[in-house]
Amino acid sequence: MSALPVREKLAILSDAAKYDASCASSGSAKRDSLKSGGIGSTEGMGICHSYAPDGRCISLLKILLTNFCIYDCSYCINRSSSNVRRARFTVDEVVKLTMDFYRRNYIEGLFLSSGVIRSPDETMGEMVEVARRLRLDEKFGGYIHLKTIPESSAELVEKAGLYADRLSINVELPTDEGVKRLAPEKKPETIRLSMASLRRKIEEKAEPTLRTKKRERFAPGGQSTQMIIGADKTSDDGILHTSARLYGSYHLRRVYYSAFSPIPDASSSLPLQKPPLMREHRLYQADWLMRFYGFSQPEILAGSSDGMLDLAIDPKLAWALRNRGRFPVDINRADRETLLRVPGLGTKVIAKILETRRHRRLRLEDVGRLCHSITKLRPFIIAEGWSPGALTDKAGLRDKIVRSCEQLSLF
Amino acid sequence: MQPAQLNLTRHSVRLASETDFAGWRDAARRLALNEIRPEDIGWQVEPGSDGTDLPNVPGGAQLVVPRDFIAHAETVFCHSDPGRFAFLYRLLWRLRTEPNLLAIASDVDTKRLETMEKAVRRDSHKMHAFVRFRKIGDGAGERYVAWFEPDHFIVERNADFFVRRFTGMRWTILTPHASADWDGERLAIGPGAAKGDAPAQDDTETLWRTYFENIFNPARLKVKAMQKEMPKKYWRNLPEASLIPELIAGADKAAIDMIAKMPTTPAPHHAKVQARHWPKVPEAAEPEEFGTIAGLREAAKGCRRCPLWRDATQTVFGEGPDDARVVFVGEQPGDQEDLAGKPFVGPAGKVFDSILADAQVDRQKVYVTNAVKHFKFEPRGKRRIHSRPNAGEVQACRWWVDKELEMIKPDLVVALGATAALSLLGKAIPVTKMRGQVIEREDGLRVFITIHPSFILRIQDLAEKETERERFLHDMKQVKRLMAA
Repeated sequence: MSALPVREKLAILSDAAKYDASCASSGSAKRDSLKSGGIGSTEGMGICHSYAPDGRCISLLKILLTNFCIYDCSYCINRSSSNVRRARFTVDEVVKLTMDFYRRNYIEGLFLSSGVIRSPDETMGEMVEVARRLRLDEKFGGYIHLKTIPESSAELVEKAGLYADRLSINVELPTDEGVKRLAPEKKPETIRLSMASLRRKIEEKAEPTLRTKKRERFAPGGQSTQMIIGADKTSDDGILHTSARLYGSYHLRRVYYSAFSPIPDASSSLPLQKPPLMREHRLYQADWLMRFYGFSQPEILAGSSDGMLDLAIDPKLAWALRNRGRFPVDINRADRETLLRVPGLGTKVIAKILETRRHRRLRLEDVGRLCHSITKLRPFIIAEGWSPGALTDKAGLRDKIVRSCEQLSLF
Repeated sequence: MQPAQLNLTRHSVRLASETDFAGWRDAARRLALNEIRPEDIGWQVEPGSDGTDLPNVPGGAQLVVPRDFIAHAETVFCHSDPGRFAFLYRLLWRLRTEPNLLAIASDVDTKRLETMEKAVRRDSHKMHAFVRFRKIGDGAGERYVAWFEPDHFIVERNADFFVRRFTGMRWTILTPHASADWDGERLAIGPGAAKGDAPAQDDTETLWRTYFENIFNPARLKVKAMQKEMPKKYWRNLPEASLIPELIAGADKAAIDMIAKMPTTPAPHHAKVQARHWPKVPEAAEPEEFGTIAGLREAAKGCRRCPLWRDATQTVFGEGPDDARVVFVGEQPGDQEDLAGKPFVGPAGKVFDSILADAQVDRQKVYVTNAVKHFKFEPRGKRRIHSRPNAGEVQACRWWVDKELEMIKPDLVVALGATAALSLLGKAIPVTKMRGQVIEREDGLRVFITIHPSFILRIQDLAEKETERERFLHDMKQVKRLMAA
């Protein structure tokens, strides 16, 4: 196998990583190479260096160290029963690829994941070695994301946190039952414990040490996770419940939702269909409502009949239509928390509204100038010279908004 | 010079370059202080000219603009719109009488400023993203050269970003308007160049294209989303972009092929991997007798007696010697206990520990546990709000508490709070009223009633807090006497 040329390995091991949703390179500590004289910087905001035709950003070199794996998770192309071609990078090869790509400004850094060969510690040890070599030997200041192997030892995870910007552990599926059924060798208990110990470690290291009063560097980009959507029967409400639990319990920066995508040579226990991309999109929107809009998880879908997000409209609009008693909201008087509940108003637009109305009262057309489209907004707000009257409670309101959104998107 | 006279003349300002912000700023200052109206000024870029016939600043005159205007203006100045000089002057003109103008996002001029600024920022961001270096030379002669075509005049503005990122490299970025060159120590801004001045290829591009091809999932084709972020105008200078049409054309077939490919027989090595790493062990039936506390703790790990395990991290079992004379029973683990897997390690546990120490009760000799072994909470953002276990959950978990007590056979059990009392006595009792009392159960076990230490933690008033601490200390001293008895 080691006789494979790097280019072929790269083809196999990036193909093996393409089902992973996460590619973010943001939220880490600021860093540049001025002092070290090396290569690489992170400036808080990640940069998407390219886009694949699937619309997903390419920010990191996202590869597997190897796609040999002793696990047999039925949703995964790298499972041990799969007939996929196998390859294995050496530590040297990954380091060189990362540096060569970074120097040409193709990437923000490396996202390294791996199948598990022989033992979790052996695999994790090699991943840590890649990160160590990049940071110390190459003076690499770019972004490093390591996918932690839950069963690996605490010392290795601690080392990983020393070199990596972000660590992640996949919960795999929204429920423990789902994991037991589709990933029979993985243990949900271990995954939870790993996340718990990572949170404890991150908090412990964030405290200034007594002796130096300086904070030790440990995974400044925090931890994240990913779950597969649509491979089992969990409802959106159940999925969001799991996310809320993960955010609250382990202080994750992000939960990634990965619409289950058919894989070649798939296991027969899985739905063979196109990935539910719209559902994935709505889940991300609902996730934002929890993280940035002050929604609690249960209220997002409270009052819906099947616990599923409406695919035709965004979750905030769907919520507003179910809670019309709270509307219309006076754009010139409502507080920030109330404005965050208005469909079509994002956090940035709300900041502008609050700033502007200190100086003058806003008319409907003023609001229109601040946000993308007024269609969604009109029935839910009162502005200077505008009141929606009976529009807010109109029976056919949902269909009317859906239709006008569709018409707009034709142009 | 009298302003009235000047108004009759049309002023012509000549800037040294498209990015001569200092020149504009100086001219704008002089003009505004001389009350020259925006419509009376013509702005041009004329390299080599020296600004000429601008009026002098009247003695003692000062121009006050909001602090953030300069930063906005500097950004918008990089925009390619030739009308930007006049537009910025008009804004400056308005700001003299409308100092809040920039805060009024719905104003047409403020909106235009924002739109132009956004365009410049976006172009800068795309430059950070889409510059592609090509390597020339080797060893000491190694250099990286890029050709990029920005929409706006952003090279000077962005050069520092590349210095910070590629300090240890020698590089040059060529654009039609200007070039930036870093030799490892010094940044030089030079004149514009042509595409032909940059190297035409780099061997690593083959690898990069291989990556681009393979990281794309054909089952998720979303061409519009891609083009929104990576507009076609950038494609001609991106080595990977020439692959896109073919990838799109083949996507449907590739996706259908993926779905149509029927599950096949397991890979040849699969059976060997299974046998070696995952030998089938017959599931052991739950033993009725556990023998020791350690055995009990092990068995409780997989407890499914109530649904609380679903959201918690782990079962938090009791801790302490299995021949302890006194057992403390709390309510349930909290956030920290849930993470650590140990009881009484969070803030309330710390209060408890310090009061036990003051009462001279040896923490090493007591057994501490909870009425409910899984953390019950409501997630709220990044916090978990403790929620009280209900009677059903207490009842379900009582099975474990009973087993713990059966094995330890203590002289005394301390019920910390109402939930513990409910668990130990099987009924709800008024804790504050019965505090300090010892109730003997039917089986002869003595239960001492007191509050939960988290109660002390929640008191804001310092004096009141101290009083409550004293009361709890008094309770613990009484427990110590009862232990000795």
